Amino acid sequence: MLRRILTVLAGLIWAGSAYAADVSLLNVSYDPTRELYVDFNRAFAAHYQKETGKSVEIRQSHGGSGKQARSVIDGLQADVVTLALAYDIDAVADHGLLAKDWQARLPENSSPYTSTIVFLVRTGNPKGIKDWDDLVRPGVNVITPNPKTSGGARWNYLAAWGYALKKWGGEDKARQFVADIYSHVPVLDTGARGSTVTFVERGVGDVLLAWENEAFLALKEFGKDKFEIVAPSISILAEPPVAVVDKVVDKKGTRAAAEAYLKYWYTEEAQDIAARNYYRPTNPGLIKKYADAFPKVELFRIDEVFGGWTKAQKVHFSEGGIFDQIYKD
Amino acid sequence: MGLTLTWLSIIVLIPLAGLFLKSFELNFAQFVDIITSRRTLNALKISFGLAFLAALVNLVMGSIIVWALVRYRFPGRRIFDAIVDVPFALPTAVAGIALTTLFAQNGWLGAPLAELGINVSYTPLGIFLAMVFIGIPFVVRTVQPVLIDLDPEIEEAAASLGASRWQTVWRVVLPSLFPALLTGFALAFARAVGEYGSVIFIAGNLPNVSEIAPLLIVIRLSEFRYADATAIAVVMLLVSFLVIFVINRLQRWARAQEQAY
Repeated sequence: MLRRILTVLAGLIWAGSAYAADVSLLNVSYDPTRELYVDFNRAFAAHYQKETGKSVEIRQSHGGSGKQARSVIDGLQADVVTLALAYDIDAVADHGLLAKDWQARLPENSSPYTSTIVFLVRTGNPKGIKDWDDLVRPGVNVITPNPKTSGGARWNYLAAWGYALKKWGGEDKARQFVADIYSHVPVLDTGARGSTVTFVERGVGDVLLAWENEAFLALKEFGKDKFEIVAPSISILAEPPVAVVDKVVDKKGTRAAAEAYLKYWYTEEAQDIAARNYYRPTNPGLIKKYADAFPKVELFRIDEVFGGWTKAQKVHFSEGGIFDQIYKD
Repeated sequence: MGLTLTWLSIIVLIPLAGLFLKSFELNFAQFVDIITSRRTLNALKISFGLAFLAALVNLVMGSIIVWALVRYRFPGRRIFDAIVDVPFALPTAVAGIALTTLFAQNGWLGAPLAELGINVSYTPLGIFLAMVFIGIPFVVRTVQPVLIDLDPEIEEAAASLGASRWQTVWRVVLPSLFPALLTGFALAFARAVGEYGSVIFIAGNLPNVSEIAPLLIVIRLSEFRYADATAIAVVMLLVSFLVIFVINRLQRWARAQEQAY
């Protein structure tokens, strides 16, 4: 009997390996890109098969952006990283896993799709939330994750800061405004998806600061009769970047496939997938095609307002930085 | 002895030594700075304080459950007995999410409680609740066998010698159970201090208010500040060890007392 089981098992293993793909890639990504990469991977696999005759299998790993970066630094064999912010990939580069100039290797700062931060409110917008100012009105509860553990939350924070800076023009005022917002936050989840769950399913809070694609996804998932998207007048241009991890692809011999994988993002077909998953495309043709799908928001870049991620990280989110100070007093 | 030491070294001592070594990357002043910052102290206070309270509650409620399970025969007793182990077996994240859903302001239990002005999810009360949940089997399972072994005839003897019910429980039953109760308390406490999965979803995670020490460790790690994270871990380890050590001594003392009778 045991023999028979073993024979069957061996057969299964053999069959499994016979069907295994020619190339296998691991994409280490952040929380809200699950659905996006399911679609993208399917399209890419078909594309790659057609171009090279080789089958490719892509495995996905999702989690908080910073935590994912740490896993890669600690040895997770990621062929490509597609994280929420450049800072996290910089951290991987600092540990010698890829070239420091990685962001110059692909068009658009290596960010094939972009997004922004919008508000998700309950249907009918009972608290009348229109813009950032409304978040600090008495009685308004704001849901946003912890910028210490969530890359997405850092975009939320910086979006609010940038707004205040543009409105009042002073760092002090901006700091006061952001601190004010966090005094309206009853729950700090560790990741963006966690915050969405807290707001949508647990019914906590009046407004969720969310990636635009997460907000659209929540509408699609739970129905437009439950939630509405409110676009603030000014927000940040979130550019989640992608990069090949040199050390890993050279060791595994997967460089060609990994590079093709990321380059594929810049084709019209892939840009269309991004747009259908509610990410803003960067390809000019598709920007026009999807112009009406995304709310009009005045967007600023992190480089303009904060002088890049490294600086923003140091000033705002590092130990003892402004975010820590907000919670100190 | 050799086998014990080798095994213990590979599984426990070497990883712990690694933890200590990592924290030596900091000089003493830095170490003190990290562990005495207001945020760290508050997180430690929340973790240890609430774990202590939760273990106390489990001590009382666990004893009552044990008493009912051992001394009474009622329909469904075996099922209840099995249910006690559920918090052991359930993935902690599942427990946390289930509790959060149940006690959220729109949850089955959370909604009526919110009417009364009591918010459980996303407050320290929620942390406490999660810690009670995961700690209860420890008390029940350590005290149960001791109570089973405790012959009811001893109580009858006490009664026949004129002891009141209260005196019997206080002077006869409790002293025999005391070492087991302490062990159960220590285990429930230790588990609650280090608990992450079930607490994180219900905690609210506000710095200084509802941020547990294990989360602070995770936060430091996500800032790539490994040495800071290990500093907090080392403090937790030392405090936990101290508490468990004290409880061990207490147990010995209790046993000695009992034998002296």
